[in-house]
Amino acid sequence: MRKTRSTVADALEGLLRDGMTIMSGGFGLCGIPEALIEGIERSGARDLTIISNNAGVDGIGLGRLLATKQVKKMISSYVGENKLFAEQFLSGELELEFNPQGTLAERIRAGGAGIPAFYTKTGVGTIIADGKEVRSFNGEDYVMETGLVADLSVVHAYKGDAEGNLVYRKTARNFNPMMATAGKVTVAEVEHLVPTGSIDPDQIHTPGIFVDRIIHVPAPTKHIEQRTVRPRIEENA
Amino acid sequence: MAWTRDQMAARAARELQDGFYVNLGIGIPTLVANYIQEGMDVRLQSENGMLGMGPFPYDGEEDADLINAGKQTITTLPETSFFSSADSFGMIRGGHIDLSILGAMQVAENGDLANWMIPGKMVKGMGGAMDLVAGVKRVVVVMEHEAKGQAKLLRECNLPLTGKRVADLVITDLGVFTIARRGEVDMRLIELADGVTLDEIKAKTEAHFTVALDAVAA
Repeated sequence: MRKTRSTVADALEGLLRDGMTIMSGGFGLCGIPEALIEGIERSGARDLTIISNNAGVDGIGLGRLLATKQVKKMISSYVGENKLFAEQFLSGELELEFNPQGTLAERIRAGGAGIPAFYTKTGVGTIIADGKEVRSFNGEDYVMETGLVADLSVVHAYKGDAEGNLVYRKTARNFNPMMATAGKVTVAEVEHLVPTGSIDPDQIHTPGIFVDRIIHVPAPTKHIEQRTVRPRIEENA
Repeated sequence: MAWTRDQMAARAARELQDGFYVNLGIGIPTLVANYIQEGMDVRLQSENGMLGMGPFPYDGEEDADLINAGKQTITTLPETSFFSSADSFGMIRGGHIDLSILGAMQVAENGDLANWMIPGKMVKGMGGAMDLVAGVKRVVVVMEHEAKGQAKLLRECNLPLTGKRVADLVITDLGVFTIARRGEVDMRLIELADGVTLDEIKAKTEAHFTVALDAVAA
């Protein structure tokens, strides 16, 4: 059960092909598998369908795959931070499927858990429900949404071991745990690769069964989209 | 005279109750956090996976792994917990969040709400808005009364909806309205902003509403 790979190229070897579907973790630029995304960029794989809450920003994260026109379709909940995205979408080069954020999260969770479809009240009476089954439970309407799976999931975690067990950090967790479960193959990049047995089993967020390959990316550059601070007042008072 | 953004936020903060779990949207709703009464114990939820959201960090203490749903850097509190997006929307959809305060482009007299899409313009996406309005127990809208001279409180929304019959209360710069989410359509004006007349608010509102100003004064 050798899951540890030493390079990004090695971690993605034999997994990438044109036209495939890839899930990519993160919320905004927080918790994105940046090294693996850059590996996908270098591979040149094209016509990709990418499932990710957001689409990166120009030059960072999934924004890089947009720049190289490797993306055919995005399934996302919010893409407002990416100018290139707007251009490609408006010119018809890029397909887009919007999902409400909670519906997207649940579709991925369901996909990974072997649940083909579920009912939710999110989007009832809106264009999101167009063409979908609506069914009443206890006098309330719910719309049917389907589970999502991907050919490949790429995720980012704070800590991991050779077994594939993962621990996320703060709000960098977001979509990563569900995506890890919903990829036919899941590759994780971790900031700290620790000896098996050193993570308290009670503290593991993603059990290793969901992770096929793991790569150590020490001290990655992390990006902040909206740096907001408060002034230090009367510190010496 | 009408309410400023901060006065609208302060009015929205009066909808908070001790012990509430609350989700604040982007824009004026974010300002509500500045007006939480002393001694009022509320927990702010951020839909990217955090409960117990703290204030912005001090300069130099930003953490790229610690952001809110607006992608702003924030801090933890002793009561903070982190979780996945699926758990976060389980809280929202499952009715565990008491109050959602958010902005809107249009609200109809029956509580229909539109805040995510203008046909013909580049759409950024609905993010978590559809889940919030569908799942949170009480939905408070904070918005300008008009957009470029056009009424935003309408008989029917003409923009694509975020949710059907989901708004409970609308706070604008001119006043406060309650809306019935079930049964007969019932929208009531319950407060006027300082210096705003009934005639002015009637002129700037397309939605049909009854005037129930005494209900509040009583």
